[in-house]
Formats: sequence, structure tokens, C-alpha cells
Amino acid sequence: MITKLFSSTVILGILASGIRLATPYLYAAIGETFGQRSGVLNLGVEGQMLLGAFAAFYVSWRTGNLWLGLLAAIIVGAVMGLAMAFVTVNLHAEQGISGIGFYLFGLGMSDLLFQKLVGTVKTIQGFPALHIPVLSDIPVLGEVFFSHNILVYGAYALVPIAWFVLNKTTLGLKIRSIGENPQAADSLGISVAAVRYYTIIQGGILSGIAGASLSIGLLNVFQQNMTSGLGFIAVALVYFGAWRPLGVLGGALLFSMVNAFQLWLQVLGVPIPSDLAVMLPYVLTILVLVAAASKVRAPSALAKPFEREA
Amino acid sequence: MSHKQDVLPSARAHIETVEMRGITKRFPGVLANDHVDFDVHAGEVHALLGENGAGKSTLMKILYGLYQPDEGEIYINGQPVTIHSPSDAIRLGIGMIHQHFMLVETMTVAENVALGLPSSRGFLTDLDVVSQRILALADIYGLKIDPNAYIWQLSVGQQQRVEIIKALYRGASLLILDEPTAVLTPQEVDELFAIMRQMTQDGHALIFISHKLHEVIEISDRVTVLRDGRKIGTRPTSETTKSALANWMVGREVALTLDREPVEVGDVRLALENVHCGSDRGTPGLRGVSLEVRGGEILGIAGVSGNGQRELAEVITGLREVTEGKVILEGEDITALLPGERTDRGLSYIPEERMKDGIIQDFTVAENLILREHHKPPFSYRGFLNQRFISQHSAELIRAFRIKTPSQKTLAKNLSGGNIQKIVLARELARHPRVIIAAQPTRGLDIGATEYVREQLLEQRRQGVAVMLISEDLDEILALSDRIAVIYEGQIMDILPNENVSVERLGLLMAGVREPAEAQA
Ligand SMILES: Nc1ncnc2c1ncn2[C@@H]1O[C@H](COP(=O)(O)OP(=O)(O)OP(=O)(O)O)[C@@H](O)[C@H]1O
Ligand SMILES: [Mg+2]
Repeated sequence: MITKLFSSTVILGILASGIRLATPYLYAAIGETFGQRSGVLNLGVEGQMLLGAFAAFYVSWRTGNLWLGLLAAIIVGAVMGLAMAFVTVNLHAEQGISGIGFYLFGLGMSDLLFQKLVGTVKTIQGFPALHIPVLSDIPVLGEVFFSHNILVYGAYALVPIAWFVLNKTTLGLKIRSIGENPQAADSLGISVAAVRYYTIIQGGILSGIAGASLSIGLLNVFQQNMTSGLGFIAVALVYFGAWRPLGVLGGALLFSMVNAFQLWLQVLGVPIPSDLAVMLPYVLTILVLVAAASKVRAPSALAKPFEREA
Repeated sequence: MSHKQDVLPSARAHIETVEMRGITKRFPGVLANDHVDFDVHAGEVHALLGENGAGKSTLMKILYGLYQPDEGEIYINGQPVTIHSPSDAIRLGIGMIHQHFMLVETMTVAENVALGLPSSRGFLTDLDVVSQRILALADIYGLKIDPNAYIWQLSVGQQQRVEIIKALYRGASLLILDEPTAVLTPQEVDELFAIMRQMTQDGHALIFISHKLHEVIEISDRVTVLRDGRKIGTRPTSETTKSALANWMVGREVALTLDREPVEVGDVRLALENVHCGSDRGTPGLRGVSLEVRGGEILGIAGVSGNGQRELAEVITGLREVTEGKVILEGEDITALLPGERTDRGLSYIPEERMKDGIIQDFTVAENLILREHHKPPFSYRGFLNQRFISQHSAELIRAFRIKTPSQKTLAKNLSGGNIQKIVLARELARHPRVIIAAQPTRGLDIGATEYVREQLLEQRRQGVAVMLISEDLDEILALSDRIAVIYEGQIMDILPNENVSVERLGLLMAGVREPAEAQA
């Protein structure tokens, strides 16, 4: 049975599903990376994802148009981001606590809406796999890399774009400076509030898409608390990736591969208690964070509200 | 040599005159500026003098748009202007070097300069173009700087140059320098003055704040004195002297010299035996330091900043690990003790970075005054603070040390720089210490407060306390110390009695040169 695990079909299967499963992590964690680089810790990612997942599912289900569903997730994410920005930037709320508030709101609200508007679990037809011409015909590799739905490709495209924006643009320079020393940025006439509004709203949008990638891309259903901690792992991945998009990519892949691995363990009926298998990625999160701790410094102003005196 | 206009991205409006009229600014319980008139024009250095808390930084922050005045107007070239924020100030051609630098440590010089400016490539950064312009600007003003260096790699003096370049790059025509020399070595001060002279020749207007009167005399054209938020007057610098300025500022006679009467020297209170330790940059911090301080004596530690002074204070107070050697307090080996245990044994510490290490910014003045002793009677009994005693004790210290604060309940961070230092001093001296480590105790203090602190240290010496005075100010070392140890690259070069020591000899030792005769011996 163990030997079956190492057959080429299984390994390729793990790779392909690992690549696919990294999608929600990537959207959410890249969004969080921007927020944290600007000094804002958003622990509400999970809630934003849940509402995004529901909005995408519901609108797609009602209209039959997946793109409208995705748009709904984006709008819901943006509104959640706007609320979060107002609370943290204008009201100087404690970011960790208000983030948890947003999480609980998203968790409860998405379930309530689901009960009221949908009722029972329904599946829909999500985004279909998009076989990239020529590339997807390559034996083996084509299946693993080039036969995913559009949201998966989008997630991977986001990584170099995020790197580029953070490191090569004037906006990226502003974001990084505000996360390190908002007083300095302020003294140069940069609006700390405006930049933080931007990163928090963008983070909300990406979390919304992350949710959509589950409900209308990977799983094609909506269920209560369907993200089950994924948003929190995305926050952890930002630390793991040392606040760099490439590091976040590495972390997301590692986790989704482990996740894919444990799913296959269960599929193949390897005699490991399934609860233990499910725990695997979470235990790994903790171990990796402990190992990564103190190697890289967090943005100095992370989670500190900014206020010009008097 | 290229000219400034060829280098700068965009020419700003030139400032011929700036006038502040009737500026008033109130903070809770404080009138920081009271109808102050102030003006500066192109080609001059106008010095702003005043005791700690007189309102100098406040006035300048108003000019730079960081604070809004409650009353008063600002005119540039005769036209009224309103300055709501730093970006307004920058647009009008005003630049400011803050008392506490405004740099992003994890970014490069070029990134810090480019920050917030439009780029020649639209939304993409143009750091290579910025770097070239920085080098060209640096060339004009004789500033040495590497645009690709990270800020954390630079010395304080170099960081200040980055601040100056930042302002020049933005086309600042008026530059405000708030205590720029407080953290510089004498050589760096000379370099700064050379840059400032070049700038005034170029038609810049400069405002210069300092507590060091000889600097004001040397560099400024006019002096304005503030006292308690009010303007006392403005005079041409050529018509005044150091002692006249001192008296004018404080409103009474100030003794600029101290008398250090002989005192009986007691037992060894603090000893270091061959102490080694690391530093923050991974280089060896201390490399075999041995010395002794006796009761009733002041041992001065002279040296150029960054030669191990910080590490020395930290190994004694327990904030840094000793890798080899021993620290001995009154005969007891305390090398392994925690900072708090050392404090309880009578060690007092006046840290160099008082904002960070000396106070808790969001605690009140009273709370900061009892930080060291709060867990002991009479400050607390069985874990309960004795508020009545604490407030009585705080009131006494505030009076004795002339701490300028609206109340005991004011947050420490709202006090002026010099008054924060007085909180630390009052706390550390009032507890009847056995040994005092004083690191740059008068940095940033006005002359009245400086005089007071020095007298206090001499008073402690008279009472038989052992004092280690770490200072980069040679005049201070010479005025207070009984013996002088010179530190260089983590080693003690020599320890000399403070009798007929020549400044030249100390200067050579501070540069790491032992006298030839001695080297042979
Ligand atoms: N943000 C603030 N909130 C409340 N009070 C303040 C604030 N800033 C300054 N003050 C008070 O205003 C007065 C003037 O302070 P200011 O910093 O202008 O003094 P200063 O002349 O620059 O002194 P120093 O030489 O010590 O730097 C002080 O009494 C200070 O306590
Ligand atoms: Mg000041």
C-alpha cells in the first residue's frame, strides 16, 4: 500500500492537485503581504474569504454567470476591506482584535445568508479547466501544469506582479516605507492613510477572489465555514515567506503539496487516522513558523496605528 | 563643477524671506508658543536658542506643517501662506532636518531620497537616475555619500547627510536644522558647518537650533532667544558673546565653569576584569577591558562615538552578555546577574538613548519617576501602589530637578527632549545609588540643565558615590573627571589622571595612537 504512494500516477496527482490547492493561499497571502508591508495586520482574511466565497457562489448559482460571481466576490471583498481600513486607519483600532471581529462577522454572515438564500448544499459548475494550447499537450507536464482553471493561472501570475509592484514601482516604495517608518513617510508628504486604505482594500479584494477560487473554482459548492482556517494559514504564510511574494509562493506550494499528500493518503486508504492526516498541514504551519521565527525582521510598524501628533 | 539648477529635477520657488507673525500654539496645559514673531532670509543662518521646552521645535514644526498654529500667520516673500502639511511645506521650498531623524533604516539612501517624489518613469521607480543626481548634488556640497548604502549601515553623521540631501533634492530653499549637532562628533560638526556655509553662499536660508553656544557664535548671523514660549529678542550674532547669550537665555547669571573640589577617594566600587563582549554588528564590541572606579571619584570615558562606549555601559548594567571576563560590584561578581538585580544592589544607569531605554513614553511623568523602585516600600505594599506617597515623591523630584511639565499625570512623551532627560536623571539620582553609569548625560540639554546635571554628578561624587561618565564631549570629560580612560575600538588605550592632560594627547589616544615613547616602553 505504501509503495502505491510512490507510483508515478500518485506523485503526478499530488503535484497537480498541490498546484491547484495553492490557489486560495496565494490570493489571500499576497493580499496580506501588501497589507503587512504597509504596516497593517489583517486577521480578518478568513472572514473576507468566506463572504467572497458565498457571494461568488450565490451570484453564479442565480445568474449562471461565473464572471458575475467573481465580480460579486471582488465587490464584497472591497467593501469588507473598506470597513477594515476605516476601523484601523481612522479609528486607530487594535488591528489584531478588529481583524478577529471581521473574521467572526464573515463567518456568521456568510452562514446566515447561506441559510436564508440557499438553504441546502448545492453544487454548481465552476470555472472549467483551461487547457493551454500546445503546452497542455506535453506528456505528463501538460497535465500537471497546464490543465487548470483560469483562477489557478491568475494566482500564479499574481506572484511576479506583486514582486514587481513592491520592488520596482513608486507605489511599492511608499508601501514599504510606511510599513517601516510611517513618520518618515509622513514628513515627506506621503499620505499614510491613503496608502493603507489602498493596501487594505486590495487585500480584501484578493481575499474575496481567494474565497471565489474555492466556491466556483476548486470545490464548486458553498458550505458553512468552508475555508476551515485557510485564511489564517494564509496570514502565517506571509510570515513564513518573510513578507516577500516569492517566499509566499514557496510556502503556499509547500502547504498545498502536504495537503494534497494527505488527501491522497486518505484516498488510497493508507491506515492513518484521517484526523491525524488532516492535522498534518496545520502542524507543519507551526513547525515551519517556529523554524522561520527571528530569521527575518517583520516590518517595524506592523500592527501599529499611525497618528501625527496634535 | 556642475550647478545646482542643472542637477535638480525641478526648480522650486526661491525663498527670499519667511516671516512668522504672532504664532501661538497651545498644548493641554502648556502654552508652547506665545505670539512669537520670527523671520529668516536668504543667505543667512538664523539661530534659535532657548532652554529645554522653550518652544523651539514646536515653532519649527508649525513652519513645516506638522502642527497647526492656534493663532498667527506665515508669509513667504511677503505673501501670506497656509501650511497644512509637510507636502505644502515642501512645495513652498521648506525642508527640515528633525531632532530625531526621519529615515527608513531598511531602505537605501537612494530609496529614501526618492520616496514620495514623482519618478521620471511614471509609476516605475528611477533609482538609477536618483542616484546620479544624489552624486551630483553631493559633489556640489562636498558631501560624501553612497546612494546604494542601506541607512542602517551608516553612521549618525552620514545619516544626517542623507537628511540634508533629501531636503536639497526636493529643492528646499529654506532648511530648518533642529539640533543637528547634538549627536555629531566635533569633526562631523565641522563638516556640517562647511556644508551650511556653502548653502548660504548659494542663497539658501537656514534656521539652526543648538544648545551649544560656541556653535551658535561660530555659524549664525542672527540669534533669536525664546523663553517659556515667548520671544525675548533677536540680535546680530556679531554683537553678542557666549556668556551674554547664556544669561539672556536663562534670565540669570550662569556659571560656565565648575569647581571640582578635592574629595577623599574610597574603596573600589566597580571593577571590570578583562571584559569581552560582542556588538550589534557582529564585530567585537569590547576586547579585554579592565578598569576600576572608586567611591568619590568620577572616571571619564573619552572616545569617538562607536568605539565601544555603548557596549561598556551595557555590560555593566546587564543589558549585554559578557563573553569573557568579570564585572564586579563592591566585591561581588555580578557578571551573571540580571539588570534588575544589579539595580537592587545600587547601580544606577542614565542611558544614552533616553527615548528608547530611559523612559516608557506612554507612562506618566510620575510613573516614569518610580519605575526603578515601584515594587518596594514605601512605593508599594504587597503589590499595591501607594499613590499618595508616589505623588508626593514625584512632586518633590519635579521641583528639585526643575522638570517642566504641566502635571505629574502628563505622558512622558509629550515633554521636550531636555525634560525627558531630567526625568531619567531625577529617578536615577534620587535613589541613593552606590555606582552611577552616566552615558552622554547632558546631550540635548540646555545650558542651565547641563550645569545642573554636572553639579549633581559632582554632588554624588562628594557623597562618595562611584561615577562612570561616558561622554563624547571632551570639555565635559575634562571638567568633571578625576581620571580619564580613553576607549578605542573596544580597548582602553590608557587611563590618565586629570591633571595637566593635554587635549592633543587625548585626541591622539582617541584616534588610536599611543605616544611613541610609551609604545617603546
Ligand atoms: N505633542 C505635544 N503634546 C503636548 N505637549 C507638547 C507636545 N509637543 C511639545 N509639547 C510641550 O510644548 C513645550 C515646548 O516643547 P518643544 O519641543 O517645542 O521644546 P524645545 O524648545 O524644542 O525643547 P528642547 O530643547 O528640549 O528640544 C514643552 O513644554 C512640551 O512639553
Ligand atoms: Mg526640541
